[in-house]
Amino acid sequence: MICLWDSQNSWDFSKPREPCGPEPAEAWAALGLSRPPPEAGPALHRARREVPPCLPPRVSLPPVLSRRCVHSKASVLGDPAPRGRPQEVEILDAKTREKLCFLDKVEPHATIAEIKNLFTKTHPQWYPARQSLRLDPKGKSLKDEDVLQKLPVGTTATLYFRDLGAQISWVTVFLTEYAGPLFIYLLFYFRVPFIYGHKYDFTSSRHTVVHLACICHSFHYIKRLLETLFVHRFSHGTMPLRNIFKNCTYYWGFAAWMAYYINHPLYTPPTYGAQQVKLALAIFVICQLGNFSIHMALRDLRPAGSKTRKIPYPTKNPFTWLFLLVSCPNYTYEVGSWIGFAIMTQCLPVALFSLVGFTQMTIWAKGKHRSYLKEFRDYPPLRMPIIPFLL
Amino acid sequence: MVIARRFGATQPVSQLWLVLAIAMVRFYMEKGTHKGLYKSIQKTLKFFQTFALLEIVHCLIGIVPTSVIVAGVQVSSRIFMVWLITHSIKPIQNEESVVLFLVAWTVTEITRYSFYTFSLLDHLPYFIKWARYNFFIILYPVGVAGELLTIYAALPYVKKTGMFSIRLPNKYNVSFDYYYFLLITMASYIPLFPQLYFHMLRQRRKVLHGEVIVEKDD
Repeated sequence: MICLWDSQNSWDFSKPREPCGPEPAEAWAALGLSRPPPEAGPALHRARREVPPCLPPRVSLPPVLSRRCVHSKASVLGDPAPRGRPQEVEILDAKTREKLCFLDKVEPHATIAEIKNLFTKTHPQWYPARQSLRLDPKGKSLKDEDVLQKLPVGTTATLYFRDLGAQISWVTVFLTEYAGPLFIYLLFYFRVPFIYGHKYDFTSSRHTVVHLACICHSFHYIKRLLETLFVHRFSHGTMPLRNIFKNCTYYWGFAAWMAYYINHPLYTPPTYGAQQVKLALAIFVICQLGNFSIHMALRDLRPAGSKTRKIPYPTKNPFTWLFLLVSCPNYTYEVGSWIGFAIMTQCLPVALFSLVGFTQMTIWAKGKHRSYLKEFRDYPPLRMPIIPFLL
Repeated sequence: MVIARRFGATQPVSQLWLVLAIAMVRFYMEKGTHKGLYKSIQKTLKFFQTFALLEIVHCLIGIVPTSVIVAGVQVSSRIFMVWLITHSIKPIQNEESVVLFLVAWTVTEITRYSFYTFSLLDHLPYFIKWARYNFFIILYPVGVAGELLTIYAALPYVKKTGMFSIRLPNKYNVSFDYYYFLLITMASYIPLFPQLYFHMLRQRRKVLHGEVIVEKDD
């Protein structure tokens, strides 16, 4: 570890510094650099830089909040014996390059998450979930777990800030977008007034398949709600707020559209009768079980609270054997469920919903497949993203 | 090669629109009325308004800097107007509103394709550039007014004939009402038209006045 700062004399800038650790070249090589970044060395002998006060944030705040955001206390972690040289971190706006904050004495082993917390203290309207910090204004966002000293920065780390906009938690979004269809479908099933003609209010369909469809649809969304609460482990905590409007429009809109026809007094049952319904129900149930098995298997891959990523493999559960052929069998089973439901109800809007869902899930599956391939050298070559051997 | 391909696409198209404009003027001069105008130019109009699908392909392969979505919306609304409204609903073909949007489209397209052609030749007269980025200020609203008035005029016929519609009960448990579809389409002009209009205004400020516009990001 580089220790160009003698802890005893850390405040005395009159004395020249001498390296007290391993040769600097080795340390820089450890970071993957052939020579120290320009700011090392001479920076220590410079006069203490003029510290810019925090510029007022774009959102107008009462005067008491726009104060200097220099942190003169070292401890980010409260570590009494700092290991390594404390860092300086300046945060600039990625678009306008204005200096937003200057943090000095940041622990080198501080994580980006901790830096985000410090930044929030002085700009409270930008809570950590909304911050995107990056080394390059047009580059990729740094992860919360990234450690400051492992990044290719000099004595003063320059991070560029981008506001991701108001955020909302994934759990909230999922619960809202799934509770909608559950409730809306039932409104149509019970033929609540003002949907169909008045003489149909609160009547019940005489077709068995309509009741079956209600059970299947409701089961599907109850399953999704329970999985959101108890099964899924999310790698990101939040998503942009506008997504909830987009997602809810999609789910609620399609649910209403499907439910309208299936529960319509003039609904026509499937052409091939009970045979078609039984086959479709079998497909639906198998795919629901499959989808649930995959969610459980994915959950077991990742310990609680962690964000580790591993290659998923088949387990003893036969439904997970689809992992041999496909990267995202949960999506495969999901499409299968909706195809089953479409065959069961013989309703074109359901088929369209399946098609749109399939398109979206294929895009996600391809992305996931690509990131698996990038991350794991030994990724099984037989696997396709979503449809075995085809897609 | 790319430029040659683009040139090959823009040259005949700008000539076609010119032909259309001349045909329209001649018709009016001969007949003194706009009635029957649509009938006389409809084949040409349909031919290269459909040809305009190429625009989307150009955007997709990247010859043109316009975004695929903007071009897509533009071309779809044109194709919708030509095939699904004026071609299919004969009674409204002699409406004044049809002339309104035909004139707007013709002038816009002649300006636009002349702009592309001259840009590719590197001999762009300032007037063409000026026209491209100023005519739309009047032409867009005029064209939109023509389109909306035409759809509005078509509504009674659509309702009466029940065209392009599917009713319940049917085997696939679906229904589609063209009348309500048209109402929704008319309503969709409200969010879409300002976006296109302000997009063009921003382009105008950038190109004619050299303003640097900081783009809003997602």
